[in-house]
Amino acid sequence: MSALLEVRNLRTHFLTRAGVVKAVEGVSFSLDRGEIIGLVGESGSGKSVTGFSLIGLVDPPGRIVSGSIRFAGEELVGLPPARMRGLRGKHIAMIFQDPGATLNPVMTIGTQMALAVQAHGGASERAARELAARILTRVGIPGAAARLNAYPHEFSGGMRQRVAIATALLHGPELIIADEPTTALDVSIQAQILAEMKALTKQSGTALIWISHDLATVSSLADRVLVMYAGRIVESGPVAAVLRAPLHPYTRGLLDSLPAMAAPGQRLNQIPGSTPSLLTLPPGCPFAPRCPRSTEVCRTDPPRVAAPARHALCHHPLEAAA
Amino acid sequence: MSAFWREYRENWFAVAALVVVVLVVAAAILAPLITPQDPYDLGNLNLADARRPPGFIGSEGYTHLLGTDAQGRDLYSAILYGLRISLQMGLAAGAVAMMIGATLGILAAHAGGRVEQAIMRIVDLQLSFPAILLALVLVAVLGQGKVPLVIALVAAQYAYFARTAYGAAATERQKDYVEAARATPLPGRRVVFRHILPNCLPPLIVVGTVQVANAIALEATLSFLGLGLPPTEPSLGMLIANGFQYMMSGRTWISIYPGIALIVLIVAINIVGDQLRDQFNPRLRR
Amino acid sequence: MTAILAAEHVTRRFSPRVTLGDRIAAAFGARVDRRPVQAVTDVSLAIRKGETLGLVGESGCGKSTLGRMLAGILPPSEGSVRLHGAPPMRGPHKITTRIQTVFQDPFASLNPRQRIGDAIAEGPIAHGLVTRARAPAMVAEWLSRVGLDPAYVSRFPHQFSGGQRQRVAIARALAMQPEVLVCDEPVASLDVSIQAQILNLFLDLRQDLGLTCLFISHDLSVVRHVSDRVAVMYLGRIVEMGEAAKVYATPRHPYTQGLLDSVPKLQLVGNASISFQPIRGELPSPLSPPPGCAFNPRCPKATDLCRRKRPALTPREDGTLVACHHA
Repeated sequence: MSALLEVRNLRTHFLTRAGVVKAVEGVSFSLDRGEIIGLVGESGSGKSVTGFSLIGLVDPPGRIVSGSIRFAGEELVGLPPARMRGLRGKHIAMIFQDPGATLNPVMTIGTQMALAVQAHGGASERAARELAARILTRVGIPGAAARLNAYPHEFSGGMRQRVAIATALLHGPELIIADEPTTALDVSIQAQILAEMKALTKQSGTALIWISHDLATVSSLADRVLVMYAGRIVESGPVAAVLRAPLHPYTRGLLDSLPAMAAPGQRLNQIPGSTPSLLTLPPGCPFAPRCPRSTEVCRTDPPRVAAPARHALCHHPLEAAA
Repeated sequence: MSAFWREYRENWFAVAALVVVVLVVAAAILAPLITPQDPYDLGNLNLADARRPPGFIGSEGYTHLLGTDAQGRDLYSAILYGLRISLQMGLAAGAVAMMIGATLGILAAHAGGRVEQAIMRIVDLQLSFPAILLALVLVAVLGQGKVPLVIALVAAQYAYFARTAYGAAATERQKDYVEAARATPLPGRRVVFRHILPNCLPPLIVVGTVQVANAIALEATLSFLGLGLPPTEPSLGMLIANGFQYMMSGRTWISIYPGIALIVLIVAINIVGDQLRDQFNPRLRR
Repeated sequence: MTAILAAEHVTRRFSPRVTLGDRIAAAFGARVDRRPVQAVTDVSLAIRKGETLGLVGESGCGKSTLGRMLAGILPPSEGSVRLHGAPPMRGPHKITTRIQTVFQDPFASLNPRQRIGDAIAEGPIAHGLVTRARAPAMVAEWLSRVGLDPAYVSRFPHQFSGGQRQRVAIARALAMQPEVLVCDEPVASLDVSIQAQILNLFLDLRQDLGLTCLFISHDLSVVRHVSDRVAVMYLGRIVEMGEAAKVYATPRHPYTQGLLDSVPKLQLVGNASISFQPIRGELPSPLSPPPGCAFNPRCPKATDLCRRKRPALTPREDGTLVACHHA
C-alpha cells in the first residue's frame, strides 16, 4: 500500500517588503494511513506554514514555489481552487490553535456544524444535526443534542476546541492537520483532549499531523516525529528513538532545554544564540552558528540526506546509542 | 522613520497628495514673491479691471491668469494670499485644539472616576452639537478678526482631539508597560508624560491632520457667511462669497477658482491623513 | 528563616464595571451581571529570606492576582500584605521599591517608544539610587550582566527578540536593587530554547544577588526547576503548599495529583502511550463556586463531607499544608 501523503521537496516562500522569507525550504516526508506524525519546532521554524501548505491555505504574499504534495495519489500543488475546496473538510481537515477564530460567533454550534456537513453533499438539515450531535458526544461534550443550540461564547476554551475537533471529524477525513490545538489550553484540559484525540484516530483510522512546539505532548501522542528548524526537517524518526538518542545537535539541545531533563535548581544545558532570521540564512547549515559540533564545512555546505526512515540533516550527527 | 517613508511611498496616490500639500504650502508662503499684485493693498486695485475673465491683460500691463474679482483684484494673487490665511487659521486652530483636547483626554483617562465622567460627558455633549453652530455663535459674540476666529475654531474642534486622546490613553493605560511603570513605582506625572502620552501621539497626529483640513473648511464657511475675517483681507471663503452674485451673469471664475483651490487643499490633506491612519493602525497592516 | 514578604488572609474581589449603557439595558429588563468575581479568597503565605516560592495553577485560579497583591501593584479587598511588617502600598499607590516585578509578555511590558537604556535607568534615577551622571555606567553593567551587548543602550524594544526583551525587563527590575523579585510567568511566551536561557539567567542572578523570589507559572516543570517551596492554587485558594521536592514526589491533594498526572511526559521508551489520568470536567465559574470544597465536582475522592464543608489548609506531619478532607 502506498503512503496516504507524500511530500517531496516542498518550498513555501513569502515575498515580503524586506525580502524573500523562505519559511519552508525543501521539506520531504510521507505519512501512512492511520499514522500520527508530530511536527515539532520553535516559532519561525516553518511548522505551521508546512501545515497550511498541505491544505492550500497559504495566504499571499506566501506561495508554494516548488515541490510536490501527493495526497491519496492526487497532486495537490497547482490543484484548481474548486477541487481543493472539495478535498478540504471532506478528506483533509484542519484544527487551529484558536478555535474562537474558526467558529462564527453569531451562529449556533448546531447550525455551523450542519452547514459543514451539507457543504460536501446534500444531507438534510435534520440528518446533519443528528450527525453533529453524535460526533460531539464522541469528542466528550456532555448533553450534545442540547448544546447544538448554544453559541460559541457559551463554551469554555476547551469545549470550543472540542467543537472544532468534532467539526473536523464530521466527514471522517483520511487526514487531520492540527496546528498547536492544545497550546492555549490548561494542562488538565490538554490531557483530556490528547487522550481523546488518540482514541479517536485509532478508532477511525485517520492519519494525524500534530504540529506543536512541545516535545512532551508530541511524544505522548505521535508515532513518528519530525523536528523542524529554519524551514527544514532536521531530524525525523520514531518518537521514542529520536527522544532517547537524538542524532541532530538541535534536537539534543531542544531536549536539554527542558527543565524536566535537569535536576531542580541546576543550570540547563542551553542552546546559545537565537533562531536565525529567515531573510538572511547562512550559506551552510542554518544551525551552524549555534551548534557546538559545527566545523568549517557546516558554515559553507548545506548538509544533505537521502531520507531514510531515521535521518538527521547534519554533517556531524550524534552517535546513535544502542 | 525610513521604513515608514518607504511604506508611504508605496501608495502613489498618497504621495501625489503630499506633493500637492507641499506645493500649496510653499506657494502660500512664497505668495509675495510669485504674485504680480498685493491684493490687500487697496491702492493697487483698479476698478476698471474688475470682473475681467482669465487671460485679460490689465492696466498694470500683466496678464490676469485667473481673471479679476469685483474689486479688480488679480484672482491668482488673491487665491494665494487667501490660502495663506486659510493655512494660518487651520494650523493655528489645529495646534491649539490638539494641545487642549489631548490634555483633557489624557487627564480624563489618567484620573478616572468623577474627573473622567465630567470631562467626557462635556465632550460627548459638544460632539453631539454641530460644530458650525458653536463657531457661528462664538464669532458673533467675539467679533471679527484672526484671534476670535481661532478661538471659535478651537472651541468647535478640541472635542475631537479629547475623544481621540481619551480613547488612546484608556487603551494604553491598561497595557503592561504602564503597569510596569507603576510597579517600579514611577511618579504619576512621569507615567503620563513619558509613557502614556508618547504612545497616544500617532492617532492624535492622524486626527490633527484631518482636523486642520476641517478647520480650513470651517473657516471658509464662516467667511463665506461673512463672519470670518474683515473684507480687506479676503480669505478663500470670502472670495467665493464675493463671486457668488456674479455666477448667474456668467462670470463664474470669480467663485470657481478659489473654490477649486480650497477643495484641492482639503482633499489632499485628507488623503495624507488617511494614509497616515492606515500606517499607524497595525490592524490594517499586511 | 524569617519571612520577608507575607500575605495575611488576603482576598481580592473584582466588581464588574456597570456602565450607563448597562444600567439602561437593565432598566429594559436585560440581564446585567453585577456579581463581583472573587479571584483570591483568604490566602495566607509567607516568603522567607533567600527562598523562591513557586505559585502554580491553571488559568483563572487567581495566581496572577495574588502575585500582583504580593508585588504591591494591587491592593487586597480584605487582609493585608506586609513587607518586613509594613504594607507595600498606600491606597492605590505602591510606595516601596524593594519589590520588583518581571511580567509575562516582554512585547507588552516594555514601552515601545522608550530606548532600553532609558527604561533601565528611569526608575533608579527617579528614586535616587543612582545619579544621572552615573546612570550610563550602571545601565551598561546591567546589560552585560543579563547577557546583552552594552552597545544596545539606545535601541528600541522592537529591535530585539522576545528573549532579549525579557533580559531587558529583568535588568530593569534588578536595577532597582530589590530584595524580592516577583516573576509573573516570565518564560510563558518564549520558545523552549530561549526559555532555557532565561531560566539559566534567573538561576545565576538569584544566586549572585541572594534574591528572594515569587515565581508564578502554569508550567509545573518550570516551577519545580526554580522553586524551593511551592503553592498550588485552585479557584482562588491555596490547596497545597510545601517543599517543592515533597509536593512533587508525593502530592497529597487530589488536584495536585491530577495536575501532575496531566503534564505530558517525554516518552523515552517503547511506543507512545498516554499514561496519565486526566482530571475530569472543567473549572467551575468563579462567579458561583461550588459549596464545600471547590474541587469536589471534579474530584475522584469526593464524599458528602466535601460537598458540605470546605476543608481548611492544615499542616501534615512532614510540614506540607493541604486543604483536603481525605488526604
